[in-house]
Parts: sequence; C-alpha cells; structure tokens
Amino acid sequence: MKPASFDYVRAEDRKEVLDVLRREGTEARILAGGQSLMPMLAMRLARPGVLVDVMGVPEFRILSDDAAGLTIGAGVRQAALGALPDLAQRHPMLAAALPWIGHAQTRSRGTVCGSVAHADPSAEIPLLLLALGGEVRLRSHRRARSLPAGEFFTGLMNTAKAENEMIDSVFIPAAKPGVGQAFREIGRRHGDYAIVACAAVADGAVLRLAVGGVADRPMMRSLPQPGDPTLEEALDAFAWDLGARDDLHATARYRRELVRRLGRATIEEAARCRA
Amino acid sequence: MPRLSAGARHRVRFALNGRAVEAEVEPRTTLLDTLRGPLAATGTHAGCEHGVCGACTIQVDGSMARACLMLAVQVEGASIRTVEGLAPAPDRLSVLQEAFREHHGLQCGFCTPGILMTLDAYLRDHPSPDERELREVLSGHLCRCTGYAPILRAALAAAERLREDVSHA
Repeated sequence: MKPASFDYVRAEDRKEVLDVLRREGTEARILAGGQSLMPMLAMRLARPGVLVDVMGVPEFRILSDDAAGLTIGAGVRQAALGALPDLAQRHPMLAAALPWIGHAQTRSRGTVCGSVAHADPSAEIPLLLLALGGEVRLRSHRRARSLPAGEFFTGLMNTAKAENEMIDSVFIPAAKPGVGQAFREIGRRHGDYAIVACAAVADGAVLRLAVGGVADRPMMRSLPQPGDPTLEEALDAFAWDLGARDDLHATARYRRELVRRLGRATIEEAARCRA
Repeated sequence: MPRLSAGARHRVRFALNGRAVEAEVEPRTTLLDTLRGPLAATGTHAGCEHGVCGACTIQVDGSMARACLMLAVQVEGASIRTVEGLAPAPDRLSVLQEAFREHHGLQCGFCTPGILMTLDAYLRDHPSPDERELREVLSGHLCRCTGYAPILRAALAAAERLREDVSHA
C-alpha cells in the first residue's frame, strides 16, 4: 500500500497545469483532493510519472451559485457544497445526496470535479451531474470545451477527457421553479459504495430517472408518470437494460429489484415535490 | 514552483500540534508515513492505507482528513493536529478522552486515535449533536471491538460535558 515514485508539481496557476499536461500527456495526473487518486496510487492501479497539485491555483477556487446555475471549480471540495446558502431550496437533490458522498472525513478533502474525473460507476457525483443536466467544462493548453454529462462519461472509469485536458469546472443548471427532484440510495452504510443509487427529476410532463451503481456508468431514461399503468413495465425494462452483474456487495437480481423499487420510490418522491 | 523529483528527498515544513517540524521526504511519501516515521508521532495509526478504515484520521488546518490519503509534500505550511495534541497536559486527559475512558469507548484502541480526531473536530463545529448525526460522522471509522454503542455514549457524554464547560466559563 505504498505509491510508486512520481514527480510532484504544486502548480501556481492554470497555465502551469495545462503546460505539464501538454508536455507529459498520460504520464501526468491531476492531484486535487486526492480521495480517489491516492487509493489508486496506493494500490498501484495508477502509476503516473508526475502529479500536478492544483489546490493552490486561484482560478480553480470558483464556487458561484447564480440565476443560471452552480459553477464548481476544480479546486472546490465536496464539503464546500454543504456550506452553500439555501442549498436545500436551490439544489434539493444535491442537498439530499451530500451525506451519501463518501464520509465527512473524505468530503473535507475530496473535490467535486475530482469525483467527476474519476468516473466511478457507483459514485454519487457523476450520477447527480447526469440527472441534473450538468456540464463538464474541459480545458487544454489549446482550447476550452463543454460536454453534457451524458457525453462525458463513456464507460467504467472512462471519460471523454483527452490526455492533455483537465476538468476546469462543472456546471449544474439552476432548478427551475416547480421542478421536483429526489435522490435515494441503498448502500451498506452512508459513504460506502452505492449498491443502487437513484436520482429523479420531474419537470412538468417529463420524468427522468438516473441510476448509478449498476451499469458501467450512470444511466438515465425518461419514464411514464407515477400512476401510469405502463410505468412498471418501463422500470422493469430499464432494470434489465442496465446489465446488472453479481459482485461482492449484491447479486444482479437484487440490483434489478432495487432499480424497480427504489426507482419507483424516487420517481414518486420527485413527482410529489413538483409544484 | 520547481518540480520535486521522484527519487530525491525534499524538505517539508509544517506545524504539528502547534510545534514547527520539518522532515525530508520523497514526493510519494504519505503524510501518515511521515508522521509515524521521521517525526516519530506514532499516535496516528496505519490501518488500511487506502482511506477506508479511518484509523489514520487527523486534522489538517482544523478539518478532518485521512493521513494515508495525503502526501507529506501537500501539507507544506499547514497546521496538523494529531491525537498527541489532545491532552492538555501529560498527566491529564481531554474531556473527550476522559469520556472514552469512562464509557469504555475503546477496547484494543487501534481505531481510537482516528475516532477521537474526528469527534474533536466535529464537536467543535456541532456542540449539540444528536445520536443520528454522531452515527453519521462515525460511519467514517471502522471499530471491530466495541460495536460502536459505547463510542456513541462517550461522544454524547463528551458533548454534554463540553457544553457545560462552555456555559460555566
């Protein structure tokens, strides 16, 4: 459980970070809060040549919540979300999910963007970003671009981020008035990997359910309204299409059943919260 | 800043329990190994070394942190607090430590330093926690002896005692 050797650069500005990425590509890894990368290093699942510590970069400290939405810079820790004023009113799904993101002892260090970059299929933050129609804002020395969450996550711990790019920030649009949001999770304990996590948004006649912990990435689908007789069949089809597998924590069958039941409960809660 | 190269040792300086310390470390050396090795502060325990068990929990600039998930080079200039910093004097336990003794909040003691550092930080920010909140924050620690119930009792007792101390101060 000791990391292999690497160089370390404590970057002072964004340009310095992007220069290292340009020069060293796959050999370089961004070190932000370290709560996902450090275990990967300890287990030697990652063996980068150089770590670029971005926590001292002023440009990455941006955390702003305005009429358009919430912008979270690369250096913003998960615990900082909990300190946002009116989080539960302005971003009810984030407020509901926050206690499930790691533990208090890891939220104090881990960053929001770091969890997005890590793209663990059981992690809450990628699921929330997908469910809320979030964007991932990427930057390289050459260009800046923005991808919807649904295009950013491409597979098991895989993303559309190029070697020379980093996540500059993520953006979560402000909840429109009257839109219902809900989040539910089944795990052994808060902070453990989700066995199944569900996030639902009820926006007028449109109802979307995103599910984490089952497929190789968070997946989202539009579903019929609660009370619609076709909902049960649609949830069952979604549960099967996620391709659940048996693992140490739960069987595939149990996960499918959770998608049906927890999915329904989450949808119903979102619909109830809809004004 | 200049790049710290992999093979070499680099000097890192920070405050440990209020005292200025320095150590020579490779970039890959964790803060946990630096505390326990060159700084001989072995109160912080090394458990799983990948952030799961909570035994190595310390405070960095007042916030809880897993020492195994940090590099020593990351804490240049920071203020670190460990279990060695809790007791007000060599022959006196802190209120929290005393509550653990009184309520049998530890048996083998392996997980205890991490739990104490979590609760010390948590009770400072949340002086009147209920049992549910304490269960939540303790979920970041594994204890294989106590079954957690005595730890909860100790935490609740310490919170009450600390509130009394504040109101009598």
